[in-house]
Amino acid sequence: MKKKKRTVSYAKWGYIFILPFFITYFIFSLIPLADTVRYSFYEYYRSGIKEIGPNFVGMANYASLLKSDMLQYGANTLILWIIGFIPQIVIALVLACWFTDARLKIRGKQFFKVVIYLPNLIMASAFAMLFFALFSTSGPVNSILMSIGLIHTPIDFMGSVFGTRSLIGFMNFLMWFGNTTIMLIAAVNGISVEIFEACDLDGCNSIQRFLYITLPMIRPILAYTLITSIIGGLQMFDVPQILTNGQGNPDRSSMTLIMFLNNHLKSKNYGMAGALSVYLFIISAILCFIVYRMTNDSDPDGSKKAAKKAAREERRRRK
Amino acid sequence: MKRRAISLLLTVAMGVTLFAGCGSASKGSGDGADASEGKVINIYSWNDEFRQRLEAVYPEVKETSDDGTVTTLNDGTEIHWIINPNQDGVYQQKLDEALGRQADAAADDKVDIFLSETDYVFKYTDAAADVAMPLKDLGIDCDKEFADQYDFTRTTASDADGVQRGSTWQCCPGLLVYRRDIAKDVFGTDDPEAVGEKVKDWDTIKQTAAELKEKGYYTFASYADTFRLYGNSIDNSWVEPDGDQVNVDQKIMNWVDDSKEWLDNGYIDANIKGQWNDDWNKAMGSQSKVFAFLFPAWGIDFTLKPNWDGADGSWAVTTPPQEYNWGGSYIHAATGTDNPEHVKDIILAMTADKDNLLKISKEYSDFTNTKSGMQEAAMDDATYASDFLGGQNPFAYFAPVAENIKIAPLSSYDQGCVELIQNSFSDYLQGNVDFDKAKTNFETSIEERYPDIKQVNWPE
Amino acid sequence: MKPNKAKHFRSIFAHIVLIVLSFLCLFFFYILIVNATRSHAELQKGFSALPGTHFLDNLKNVAKDGSFPMIRGIVNSLIISASSAAICTYFSSLTAYGLYAYDFKMKKAAFTFIMAILVMPTQVTAMGFLRLITKMGMYDSWLPLIIPSIASPAVFYFMYSYLESSLPLSLVEAARIDGSGEFKTFNYIVLPIMKPAIAVQAIFTFVGSWNNYFVPALIIQSKNKMTVPILIATLRGADYMNFDMGKIYMMITVAIVPIIVIYLFLSKFIIAGVTLGGVKE
Repeated sequence: MKKKKRTVSYAKWGYIFILPFFITYFIFSLIPLADTVRYSFYEYYRSGIKEIGPNFVGMANYASLLKSDMLQYGANTLILWIIGFIPQIVIALVLACWFTDARLKIRGKQFFKVVIYLPNLIMASAFAMLFFALFSTSGPVNSILMSIGLIHTPIDFMGSVFGTRSLIGFMNFLMWFGNTTIMLIAAVNGISVEIFEACDLDGCNSIQRFLYITLPMIRPILAYTLITSIIGGLQMFDVPQILTNGQGNPDRSSMTLIMFLNNHLKSKNYGMAGALSVYLFIISAILCFIVYRMTNDSDPDGSKKAAKKAAREERRRRK
Repeated sequence: MKRRAISLLLTVAMGVTLFAGCGSASKGSGDGADASEGKVINIYSWNDEFRQRLEAVYPEVKETSDDGTVTTLNDGTEIHWIINPNQDGVYQQKLDEALGRQADAAADDKVDIFLSETDYVFKYTDAAADVAMPLKDLGIDCDKEFADQYDFTRTTASDADGVQRGSTWQCCPGLLVYRRDIAKDVFGTDDPEAVGEKVKDWDTIKQTAAELKEKGYYTFASYADTFRLYGNSIDNSWVEPDGDQVNVDQKIMNWVDDSKEWLDNGYIDANIKGQWNDDWNKAMGSQSKVFAFLFPAWGIDFTLKPNWDGADGSWAVTTPPQEYNWGGSYIHAATGTDNPEHVKDIILAMTADKDNLLKISKEYSDFTNTKSGMQEAAMDDATYASDFLGGQNPFAYFAPVAENIKIAPLSSYDQGCVELIQNSFSDYLQGNVDFDKAKTNFETSIEERYPDIKQVNWPE
Repeated sequence: MKPNKAKHFRSIFAHIVLIVLSFLCLFFFYILIVNATRSHAELQKGFSALPGTHFLDNLKNVAKDGSFPMIRGIVNSLIISASSAAICTYFSSLTAYGLYAYDFKMKKAAFTFIMAILVMPTQVTAMGFLRLITKMGMYDSWLPLIIPSIASPAVFYFMYSYLESSLPLSLVEAARIDGSGEFKTFNYIVLPIMKPAIAVQAIFTFVGSWNNYFVPALIIQSKNKMTVPILIATLRGADYMNFDMGKIYMMITVAIVPIIVIYLFLSKFIIAGVTLGGVKE
């Protein structure tokens, strides 16, 4: 009896501790969000300085978005995200392993650890400005490539779909791989040293060690990285916005979903922007649900399943 | 001038008093203004340009605080400068919000004056929106006070019914600026009159372009350079008043076709994509093969000059193939202002006082909005000759252009249409998409920008 | 000897990769600083790998421009970013701990809710947010830039994962037996254990807040409340007469210095190799 009472009294603390979060969230996000969702069913925009609406139009905004190029922009976003994310996660994993591998002596480890995060400190817009100057047709990258004889005519980086997308992917990679690495290092550091030592004693090589110890152990943080990166990818905005002057050129092939949303916000089309937001929300929720399920699989090696099966067998036998 | 305005106001006030007996409508236009004139004038702008000019010429200015946010006038009234960056449309967004709150705002928080640019001036002068006061409601006799202004600036600042709702101190006629050394190399002369003959209209300049091409020169840097000339001469506005369709003018399609032709012929540098980028800037340097640029006064002084790395006197100006205007900031009195007297005085002093305007021309190289003043400047080589242009007096060329500018009919959709059509067809001109795809892309982006536009009509 | 050789090769390979990556990272800072030393006219003409001679001129232009409160802007940004980082990490840890260490009826629902809102793009609610802020009378104040960071689902999730991997509940039990109150346990036992995670998220939050342009641009109006990104945007949006790329690059450079200092300061926590968690079973 006594024990139960104690649990109850602690539950109160649980509520108290999470209260500030929920109050803040309710006020600053949920109320605006409700606004957003509500207006997604209305025709509501500004024409010049005049306000049109709000007039209730039901699902019309949703329908007309489906008829627009929204799906194409979704595909663009996905492509840009993959171009940037795959190298980012690969490099970050490799670096995290190297930095935490006691056997691999890296000189200036501290220096490298500090340096890789630096690009994240520059504002994305400033970074994009620099990239724009560096990769322009008469810019330094072209002149270097030409002077070492790799190419004869300047490459029009921002003129081709492939070039623009690669640049955006490259920038995202450069800005975020340090961030991911730091997070993964923190995760790997959390694995107890004994496990690694035991593994070393068993004579496993670095690849085995990575696959069988590191990777499973850092799974929660890896899931976190994946989820935040997916969200970041869905929200990709300032880099392509500034690199392409908000046009997603060439041929709108670098137009991301948030750039599309931004266009509606710019035209003060609250109705359409609201509907697009709801779509975005649904897409990201689905994606994150999948990732969360995949990475938080509580039964990585099938042992629990086996145990459950055994238990079931047991029960059956008892019957 | 000022006296006249005051007497006019008195008449209005008396008129109101006469009718006051018929009701309590004495809160009419000019009346009561003096008594209830507010203590704070809020001016919305996107940079310091207007503040500097006001400080330079407005006699009532006493001092400005160090951070440039408050200017105190001699009578103790404070001008509060509310500056928001143009970047990402923040300026218009904040202005729109403030104007939306105008009716409920406390007197000292009301917007009193705001500025706009040619590209979106119509959004604010639109009679239905009624955010910019008709200047005549301030007691300004527009036809009299602004008689010396260039007519097209008055048209630009008027609503569809021709009621003037804004006024400007500057006027931005553009010229053709060319490299003297290239002119000598190709034509054997760098005389502005002779070169002017070579570029006098589109047919002639096309032949000239071929000549330049033979010697390895480009006529212009980018296809975007010529857009204003075509865009300023459209016959019908992009969107008819109260219309829900965008009409693409034949002139715009001519720009696309001509640009394509020029690019294919190698008259324009295909590597330079649009304006305001590194490649474009570099085309103004001494190593470049570009013969000419199309610039108004500010472009020559603040864009071309910093980019030029050779000696002074290497460039010259002449009359462009077609008259055009590029830029210009308009001053509006916000509906609901609590300082109508001050606002009126500022607008008159800044845009209708010839001496003030000439002073601005001298100090800031603006081509100002006074016909007679600019004609004087055109004759006054001693004061206005430019070293950068080898002693040429550009005002002599600007003035006639300004007089011949016919501004295209405006709509509140101009900013988006002009921007988006260039972007969409840039892809086509660079060979990324075909002609029809560029059209579709334009239609798509227009629908995004202007939800009330239902259709885009292309010329036959 | 073979494994040794392989190890040797691996080490060389690792160094090459690291050097290339570091070069890429530092290169942009180099370009930025070089650009900050060049005058507007030089910049317009194109790129150069060698520094110019206008460093001091640009610095003076930025610092002495009376209408452009650079120092003020940096101080403002520092205050906003530091407060955001502090309350964001503290309350996220608190929330994470609340959900991790206690059992209560709504626990599962609360967790699922936070996971669901984790995916919400900020831009989605921007317009409603602005309307709300105006109604609450917080327009043109710093509060709406700071307070909402109490509810940062992503930081919460990081803290939660961290607690999962490094805080044994036995430790909390032990504290209770010692008679420590719940708040005290959190502040004096749990928080220290979470130090590395807090350092990491503090940097991220600080940087995010420092570089945020979208929301402050909507909310801040007065010049003396402006943050660094707004000031840079103001410079970039300056008219053709005051437009000075050298000044812009200088401003960006100046704006990066404080953040680098703070980063270096906080990065000690991570780089010292603090292992996750206080107790290992």
